[in-house]
Amino acid sequence: MEKKEKIGVYVCHCGTNIAGVVNVGEVSAWAGENLKDQGVVISRDYKFMCSSLGQELIQKDIKELGLTRVVVAACSPHLHEPTFRNACKGAGLNPYLCELVSIREQDSWVHTDKVAATAKAKAIIAGGVSRVVHHEPLTPLKVPINPATLIVGGGIAGIQAALEIADAGFPVYLVEREPSIGGHMAQFDKTFPTLDCSACILTPKMVQVGNHPNITLLTYSEVEKVDGYVGNFAATIRKHARSIIEKDCTGCGICWEKCPKKVVDNVFEAGMGNRKAVYVPFPQAVPKYPVIDRVNCTYYIKGTCKACEKFCPTNAIDFAQEDEVLNVEVGNIILATGYDPFDAHRITQYGYGRLANVYTSLEFERMSNAAGPTGGNIVMRDGKTIPKVVGIVHCVGSRDKNYNEYCSSICCMQSLKFAHLVQERTGAEVYNFYIDIRTPAKGYEEFYHRLLDEGTHFIRGKVAEISDAVRLPGEEGKLIMQVEDTLTGNQLRVPVDMAILSVGLEPRADSKALAKTFGISCSADGWFIERHPKLDPVATMTEGVYIAGCVQGPKDIPASVVQGAAAAARIMGKIQQKEISLEPIRATVNADTCSGCRICNSMCPFNAISFHEDTMVSEVNPALCQGCGTCVAACPAGAISGTGFSNIQILSQIDGLLLLTLDKKKEAVTA
Amino acid sequence: MTEETKTFEPVIIGFTCNWCSYRAADLAGTSRMKYAPNVRLIRLMCSGRLDPTFVFKAFAGGADAVLVSGCHPGDCHYANQNFKAMRRYHLMERVLNQLGIESGRLKLLWASAAEGQIFANEITKFVEQVRLLGPLNWNTTSAEIPTEAAKEEVTA
Repeated sequence: MEKKEKIGVYVCHCGTNIAGVVNVGEVSAWAGENLKDQGVVISRDYKFMCSSLGQELIQKDIKELGLTRVVVAACSPHLHEPTFRNACKGAGLNPYLCELVSIREQDSWVHTDKVAATAKAKAIIAGGVSRVVHHEPLTPLKVPINPATLIVGGGIAGIQAALEIADAGFPVYLVEREPSIGGHMAQFDKTFPTLDCSACILTPKMVQVGNHPNITLLTYSEVEKVDGYVGNFAATIRKHARSIIEKDCTGCGICWEKCPKKVVDNVFEAGMGNRKAVYVPFPQAVPKYPVIDRVNCTYYIKGTCKACEKFCPTNAIDFAQEDEVLNVEVGNIILATGYDPFDAHRITQYGYGRLANVYTSLEFERMSNAAGPTGGNIVMRDGKTIPKVVGIVHCVGSRDKNYNEYCSSICCMQSLKFAHLVQERTGAEVYNFYIDIRTPAKGYEEFYHRLLDEGTHFIRGKVAEISDAVRLPGEEGKLIMQVEDTLTGNQLRVPVDMAILSVGLEPRADSKALAKTFGISCSADGWFIERHPKLDPVATMTEGVYIAGCVQGPKDIPASVVQGAAAAARIMGKIQQKEISLEPIRATVNADTCSGCRICNSMCPFNAISFHEDTMVSEVNPALCQGCGTCVAACPAGAISGTGFSNIQILSQIDGLLLLTLDKKKEAVTA
Repeated sequence: MTEETKTFEPVIIGFTCNWCSYRAADLAGTSRMKYAPNVRLIRLMCSGRLDPTFVFKAFAGGADAVLVSGCHPGDCHYANQNFKAMRRYHLMERVLNQLGIESGRLKLLWASAAEGQIFANEITKFVEQVRLLGPLNWNTTSAEIPTEAAKEEVTA
């Protein structure tokens, strides 16, 4: 080593988070004494290294002692790496000459043996010191940001995000799989706890989206592929053939009036009503153009009919229309694809699908909606009988280790809303079967009290079974709900006319595939993982990809709106900066040592490596390189180096981590 | 179990990828899950970055075992680079056998960012497994291979 580096080591107590398990003073003194050979000139410990006083400590040493390298032993680099890099930068040291090693997440928080944890901390610091010697000053790559944003999912979260960004003057592509935007909120009748009409507050926003000059609305479309990175994504979107020429269609509705084919609407009406083969999902749909459902349309099945074409006043029907594939370039992406309701068939003892008068919450929403299949009348499956007793089961598919362990968070309030609506419209007696009532948001607890005052019955217990097996007089023709009232300890059989299963929320069935398309991760349940559960709930581990609404976890409408707006704000902040700094972790080929074997060419999934036939060497395009380092590991000539994770950095880190081990073994040999 | 295996604390070097397994380790930390303190982690951007040299270097340097971990197959942040790590893992297993090192000293672990518990449990299991294998009494002088020269060779 021609020039000796001057290294400063800073060991953080993190209050008692680290110091409670690791003997920080001992570690710091050890590093100052035993790592002198590696170039450590100062080693300090401090209560909170990330505090401004802690950072000043480092900055002072850089200036006064002329440190050329800094090692901070504290929390995970995913938390405070930027903090300490900035501190070094502030003192005139290149930020990439600072290494943060984790002795909290990887040591003090996961071990109880204080001696072992202290020894491990020493090893980790020795590894960091050995590594940091070989760090090179780097400059972040600056790339321009495309001001356009892609939003996937046109429910309330996606709508909110789209409007926020578009109103700020930036272009938005809003992609929705269904023929209309609106999402689940469009299906609901009332929203809790204020009981305002869901459509009345949602549809104006939908119309705004449809008319907004900055929003390109792509319904009946899906994102097939995403390439690129933050600032410069390229998305491939498949716009499914509507069989309708959008520019000619006026949305007059004659086609669906004349269409002879009735189809059960399993999507919007949750199987409670019918639509035609050519349809708009609901009257206020945005956009107003219908879709021909090719699976059910008589023309596509038998080759004849064409009633819609015959009657269309503007000749807007095009049976031969093909899918359109669009390529759009965007700088940021928001995923707001929402949830699937839990499939109540899975809990066989509740009899859904077998017992006619067992409903799911979504079915009830459609039934209670004035624009729904029953015109808002709450009636049993025969279509006319008004129920006299209604039982509502909470936590269906939630808080149950057999299905989903998590709380779906909205079902309590949804059930209370149902109870109120049933009572208001039918005067029926209502039973709520609950495990716990959870009403944690503004105005929710008050709504619960209102329901208590209205005389609704609350029985604390998980329903064991819903059956039609009559055992006692008075149970004939009824559904019997078997439940243990856990407050009194009594087994109850409650005969009801109608049972409503308040089903929980689940990740979309295809959420894993979607996560893969966008390069983000799912939790074990299938919800998308945010960057930080408390401090960064809308960003993801993938720069430039944000999440909003139920895709991140179960939540109600206000929370979805908040997340949509938050994701939009984050993106607008990025766009305003006009360019973005990327980590300069890239591979480079040394043309002198490259043998031209081309092994690396096939290793790169981003096609960042090209081969020059004339000079017979490979070259990495830094704009395409994502920095994974696979080519570095694969190069048989060692001609590729990976910035920030070079061979010598890693090998030295191994040396450092094993420093103590090696000493011990040597002792054993000489002894 | 002999007295030696009871008290033997193996030293294990673990390679994690930045996106899944290192975050699993972080999650194990933030959730205060406890596991054996024998593994020291090195963060790589991707398990595909794992040069087999790193693994042999760790063994030569005194490690009793090596852990290689990354995103689940199909979940790689860089499309499919963890498959390349998997191929190298099988290759390394064979080379280790030829060198007379038990394949039980090299472990491949897939852990997503949400699988802190799995990460913690697997480490504890691995430590127990290595404890039974005993110390890797590889010729300690091999660590004296002039490392500077070796480094220059691979980075040249």
